[in-house]
Amino acid sequence: MKIIKGLLAASTILATAGSAAAVELEVTHWWTSGGEAAAVKVMADAFDKSGNKWIDGAIAGGGNARPMIISRITGGDPMGATQFATGRDAEDLVKAGLMTDLTELAEKEGWADIIRPKKLLDACTVDGRVYCVPVNIHSFQWMWLNRTVYENNGMAVPQNWSEFAAAAPKLKEAGVTPLAVGGETWQIRDMSGTFVVALGGIQMYKDIYINKSVEAAASEGMTKVFKAIAEARTMVDNGYVGRAWNDATNMVITGKAGGQIMGDWAQGEFAVSGQTAGKEYDCLPGLGVHPVLDTGGDAFFFPKPNGDKPEVVKAQMELASLLVSKEVQVGFNLKKGSLPVRGDVDMASANTCMQKGLKILENLDNVLPSGEQTFTPDTQGQLEDLWVEFFNNPDISVEEAQARFVEIIKYAE
Amino acid sequence: MSAGQPKVFWLRNFPAKIAAIPMILTSLVVFIGCSIWTVVYSFTSSRSLPTTDFVGFQQYERLFGSSRWNIAVENIAIYGVFTIVFALTIGFILAAFLDQKIRFESVFRTIYLYPYAMSFIVTGVVWQWVLNPTLGIQETVRQLGFENFEFDLISNRDTVIYAILIAGVWQITGFAMVLLLAGLRAVDNQIWKASRVDGIPAWKTYIQVVIPMMRGVFVTALVIVASGIVKLYDLVVAMTNGGPGNASDVPARYVYSWLFERANLGQAMAASTMMLITVLIILIPWFYMEYGRKNKN
Amino acid sequence: MLKEPKGPRPRKVIAPGRIMLYTALAFAALYYALPLYVMLVTSLKGMPEIRMGNIFAPPMEVTFAPWIKAWDSACTGLYCEGLKVGFWNSVKITVPSVIASIAIASINGYALVNWRFKGSEVFFGILIFGSFIPYQVMLYPLVIITREMGIFGSLWAVIFIHTIFGMPLLTLIFRNYFAALPQELFKAARVDGSGFWGIYWKVLLPMSTPIFVVAVILQVTGIWNDFLFGIVFAGVKNFPMTVQLNNIVNTTMGVKEYNVNMAATILTASVPLVIYFLSGRYFVRGIAAGAVKG
Repeated sequence: MKIIKGLLAASTILATAGSAAAVELEVTHWWTSGGEAAAVKVMADAFDKSGNKWIDGAIAGGGNARPMIISRITGGDPMGATQFATGRDAEDLVKAGLMTDLTELAEKEGWADIIRPKKLLDACTVDGRVYCVPVNIHSFQWMWLNRTVYENNGMAVPQNWSEFAAAAPKLKEAGVTPLAVGGETWQIRDMSGTFVVALGGIQMYKDIYINKSVEAAASEGMTKVFKAIAEARTMVDNGYVGRAWNDATNMVITGKAGGQIMGDWAQGEFAVSGQTAGKEYDCLPGLGVHPVLDTGGDAFFFPKPNGDKPEVVKAQMELASLLVSKEVQVGFNLKKGSLPVRGDVDMASANTCMQKGLKILENLDNVLPSGEQTFTPDTQGQLEDLWVEFFNNPDISVEEAQARFVEIIKYAE
Repeated sequence: MSAGQPKVFWLRNFPAKIAAIPMILTSLVVFIGCSIWTVVYSFTSSRSLPTTDFVGFQQYERLFGSSRWNIAVENIAIYGVFTIVFALTIGFILAAFLDQKIRFESVFRTIYLYPYAMSFIVTGVVWQWVLNPTLGIQETVRQLGFENFEFDLISNRDTVIYAILIAGVWQITGFAMVLLLAGLRAVDNQIWKASRVDGIPAWKTYIQVVIPMMRGVFVTALVIVASGIVKLYDLVVAMTNGGPGNASDVPARYVYSWLFERANLGQAMAASTMMLITVLIILIPWFYMEYGRKNKN
Repeated sequence: MLKEPKGPRPRKVIAPGRIMLYTALAFAALYYALPLYVMLVTSLKGMPEIRMGNIFAPPMEVTFAPWIKAWDSACTGLYCEGLKVGFWNSVKITVPSVIASIAIASINGYALVNWRFKGSEVFFGILIFGSFIPYQVMLYPLVIITREMGIFGSLWAVIFIHTIFGMPLLTLIFRNYFAALPQELFKAARVDGSGFWGIYWKVLLPMSTPIFVVAVILQVTGIWNDFLFGIVFAGVKNFPMTVQLNNIVNTTMGVKEYNVNMAATILTASVPLVIYFLSGRYFVRGIAAGAVKG
């Protein structure tokens, strides 16, 4: 075995010696669609320009990429940098000492002052040290509406959830599915989470998601949320099993459905179909009730290279610094349809809906941490199971569901 | 070597023992090792990386309290029984038919077998379309004028597992067929000649002589089909992603989602320990009957 | 058809029984071919037609653009080079893995049947048990094992992994097939003075073509379609074709190009398909029987 190891080590030395000038950094991520790839290209180009080389390691589907990323880091074949969702995904890897510490760079560049909301950086911080770079803000709390469907059926375009619910029976009569949903579990989980904050209000959301308050989970407000979800499950068609989110969005675009509750990335679909915000389609942040955004999003981690390789660490620092730079933030987020992590950049060319989002971000009271940041993936998973079952099984009563919800919050971590 | 057996016992069959080293190492280090590893970490609170923070039976309490796990177990039982029955009977009938000096045998064989070659990532999607009430068979038949035609297994919580069964059988039967065909072809031609001479009808020859002779191949096919059932994962993900709700969840998907997406290795290991125990309960008595007895002879 | 005293291989060409036989086979073929048909017609349609049309309807306008795109220019992240990138890597992984796993497993089966030693059946039992362990569970320990061997992230690791995972079912296949062969031949060869390897090469192999074909089918399919082990163990330079297939097919955020997905799937599956079709030549009956007669 030693011989094999020795040979491998020798060959790596040769390889690095040969390319000493430009450090190659393999970057893994799961951004593979057209718009996403264009956004990644902004990062890659900036990095290549700095005299290094970005080796793209795109693996579609976070569920596929994650085992690969974790295995390769623990197996001693780490990539130069990798995407993870902002949150606690990588916490264990950080604690095992497998990630490069970025604190020095963060302090030098004053990330604490420029990154807003501050929670984004907190999510990257473990025991006071910074281990990742947040690159964007994605929020789920949006409702997308097809304006023409309502206008053609002689109705006003709904301005909030209760108007939407009131219009649903009439749409059904007209042969239009009121609410387009997909079958993937995360869609239903995050849609339900949207109901919690939009109908229950910010205080209740914080009590439950941050303080893990059992009282709030059992409160009247939460009952209202469960009732609304029970109402929503009557508004869907029965072909939704296994449907992808973008196929559901396509139903809204083509007028087969009235609206969809989906994250801001849905805008990319409308854009591809040549539709304009405010004209063919409309958006209601926070379901038009409480205009709030959560601060989900993506971050980059930098696994420690195998062995002592200062040149790799140096390249990692350079990349980290580039990711928060103004140019990359603007270019990347315009292409991605997400919001930048710093407030001091010019986003004038963003569309109406993105502007709405930016406006909400100005008041930090409207900005909430997402479930990924406050709960462990484990608790998230239990909640997901509950939401999904409740949404799909009309036999589960509101009381029963809320009782289970309280139980999960009680043991939440 | 052939000149007589050495006296020292481990030198007996020496080349065979050398040749068996990979098998011995694999079974001991990998399979036994991994099973022990699985069981040990099922008693910990490990998240995305294994830790030795032991928490007793906590993971099991949670597992048994999970309605999702119970659904998964029920589903795999239904799916398992039907898949074994259909794959082996249809597989054998097709193999027996193909063994009749069929023209274009290669074409037929390839058609039955091709599903096995395709990644479930996409064939699952195709089956989802075909079975989807608003896109597939139901809609097409309705467009032909049968307005009340109903074929909607996939969006109903109680029947969705049968939709998955249709695709699962479609995928595995071809391989069972090929395996059984190979078995049929190892059957001595003399047997057919003898039965023809005695005037025994073909179907009787199959049931009374050939199938008993093919016992080994049937066992092989059974094990392959069964191990595929235990590991059923990709198809469910591609076709329904466990939906509607978690109505089509299966144990392997449960394990996978806690292992990677939800970063609770302990829970995943508790679930896989339960899977391993179930397999052992079925396998040990069978194995003893099948091979233990023969050894004594 | 049952009245006539005839075996399974009648010489007559157009007996009523034959017609029924072919009809049954053709009907079965319909069930099996239906999804492939849907895939084919979808892969030949443009996206607008897919959104509007019936999934069973043949394309109004046939286009081969999705096929060309899938092979040559479909994007996976930053690189737009289609499936072709991973093709040779898949070959590089599949060929040695298939050979290694079949060689080892056939020897296992042979040793288990003809050269039993104390405890050999126990190891076999463990192997069978191993075939029921979900792959995902063993991922982490195997990462550690290959790391300690110093081969993690290389072609060796992925060949090693495929050999291990192929071993249970292949060993079972060979063991049961060899056990069904007439033992007289083996005994005769031993009397003639042939040893372990001599009998394997000269007696067993020539009699076992159909089962080797089955083993090749099993392994080529499993290894060619493998995705998980490829991305975890093979290292970036050796990513197999399924990585591109996954990236083309599984892209969640963005328009799903179903026609390209279908074309990509059929293209990826074409290697096992060609092997299935060609294996027909080696699947003929009578080899074993011929050997018996000598």
